[in-house]
Amino acid sequence: MKICVLVKEVPDAAVEKRIDHSTGRMDRSGEKNLNPFDTHAIEAAMQIKEGGAVPVEEVVAVTMGPESAVRALHKAVSLGADRSVHLSDEALAGSDVVATGYALSKTLERESPDLVLLGQQSDDGECYTIGAVVAEYLGMPSLTQVIKIDVEEGKLRCERQAEYGYDTVSVQLPAVISVGDAINEPRYPSLKAIMGAKKKPLDALAASDAGVEASRVGLDGSMVECGDFTDPPQKEPGQIIEDEDTAETVEKVVAWLEERKLI
Amino acid sequence: MDFDLSDDHALIQRTVRDFARGEIAPVAEELDRTKSFPYEIVRKLAGLQLMGIPFPEEYGGGGGDTLAYVLAVEELTRIDSSVAITLCAHTSLGTQPIWLFGSEEQKREWLPRLCAGEVLGAFGLTEPEAGSDAGNTKTRARLEDGQWVIDGAKQFITNAGTDISGVVTITAVTGGDNGQREISNLLVANGTPGYEQGEPYRKMGWNASDTRPLTFTDCRVPEDNLLGPRGAGFKQFLHVLDIGRIGVAAMGVGLAQGALDEALAYAKERRAFGQPISRFQAIQAKLADLSTEIEAARLLVYKAARLKDAGRNFTLTAAQAKLKTGRLAVRATEEAVQIHGGYGYIEEYPVCRFYRDAKILTIGEGTDEIQQMVIARALGA
Repeated sequence: MKICVLVKEVPDAAVEKRIDHSTGRMDRSGEKNLNPFDTHAIEAAMQIKEGGAVPVEEVVAVTMGPESAVRALHKAVSLGADRSVHLSDEALAGSDVVATGYALSKTLERESPDLVLLGQQSDDGECYTIGAVVAEYLGMPSLTQVIKIDVEEGKLRCERQAEYGYDTVSVQLPAVISVGDAINEPRYPSLKAIMGAKKKPLDALAASDAGVEASRVGLDGSMVECGDFTDPPQKEPGQIIEDEDTAETVEKVVAWLEERKLI
Repeated sequence: MDFDLSDDHALIQRTVRDFARGEIAPVAEELDRTKSFPYEIVRKLAGLQLMGIPFPEEYGGGGGDTLAYVLAVEELTRIDSSVAITLCAHTSLGTQPIWLFGSEEQKREWLPRLCAGEVLGAFGLTEPEAGSDAGNTKTRARLEDGQWVIDGAKQFITNAGTDISGVVTITAVTGGDNGQREISNLLVANGTPGYEQGEPYRKMGWNASDTRPLTFTDCRVPEDNLLGPRGAGFKQFLHVLDIGRIGVAAMGVGLAQGALDEALAYAKERRAFGQPISRFQAIQAKLADLSTEIEAARLLVYKAARLKDAGRNFTLTAAQAKLKTGRLAVRATEEAVQIHGGYGYIEEYPVCRFYRDAKILTIGEGTDEIQQMVIARALGA
């Protein structure tokens, strides 16, 4: 089995997220990190590889992003991926989700993976959709919000987090699966793995290398048009019930809940 | 000049930061409150090969450099000083002398286990009447039938009395007269008859780290346990302390940064007079000053690490870094408590622990006054 893991460099969780009003895009300056959800996807790949239920020849980390995204790949291989692919091109800047999914699918086609894993959401854009878009372009089944993967013959048995409980789904390979953070506890890279990461192969691809049509990516190739961004409206302050007489307070709380049919 | 960390260094920093936030932060308060040695965390640090960062891989070390070590220590201290000093004393003071001065046999015997974190190393220099003035060392070792017979006492020793403590390097007078005493370093394994670790001290801070007095009573170790040449002990420990200062300086920066992290987060959250207190100039001035001081101090520490990695003399810069960062940690933690107001005086908030943990940084590994002596001497004063 060959597993590709899609990863993304995102602003560090500690950095306050802001929209750059001049471009309508997210301000991605400042400290960056590998998208935390993607570390769960890498861990899932490593657990399949180390689990031994199916031989895994290779785990390949794939990203699309500017030059700095190399650091996300560096971390991905320190966490266990065998090599990495970096799709980077000026022409790709400003791509929306569909364009990004298209460009990633072209990159993945070169690799012919049996399984594509990714985090269910990115810490910055939080679209939750890139896995499904990639799957559509690759013509593969897509599963999202997966929190358990068991390898069975030629297919995977997955549990998806659903609104009320879990769906258990059997999926034929090849498939694209996005995972939630409940799927595992990602490991930390060891010092040796960090220092060995640079020795692992990294393929740098321009859009044309991956067969990406320039007209379908970038700002111009994207269908999303960003309008104005404003702060969300301030929430109405909640109702504060002073607890003077507890029996009375309980009555008030119960009445409030009943009014809204919450109990 | 390049102020960017290499990709490897950046990833080491990031990894230890994530580790400290994920694994240490949730238990730091409890470990401090119960004065419990962080065995589980040491085991995890060892799993990431962080218990022997700057030592070569052929002896089981991490194969990293001093800057990598500094970054790790800084990130640990940002969350918890007890864990940081445990790693720091083990690396800079416990393992370092064996790596620097040990025979091939001594290295083979100790370094793989020390670097793997299976056993902890300690350094026994300080005595009731001798700290930086180690010429006044009273512990004696005499050679008798192929064995060193050690008698004396050490105090304030880190890492010597845990369940996994393996070895202590001690300074002892091995000869000479009072004018020109011969000081040598000796290795004493835990479990050696006559070597005993006293009860842990009741400290102001660093509560989860192991600090005890040691006694040596007719304690016999093989003649081969001499570290390097006889009489070289004085020079050896000065060199070890030089290196150790870089680690402790990294602790100062880390603790000051941790205090700023907490103060900034609190100031943005805490409201007074209808707005977050971070909007008040009085609070902003404190935060701005701290951030500026921390950045300046950090550069000094990284420079000391870089000088050492380049094989150049770092005595002056390491002493400057130690002096600067210890004072800064004390000030930063005090300001962080101040910004927290009454909550800063309550142990539920990390700044309360940080404040207690800070003071030792102007004392341990040579007091500020000793650093000033070292610096002035280097200036030719």
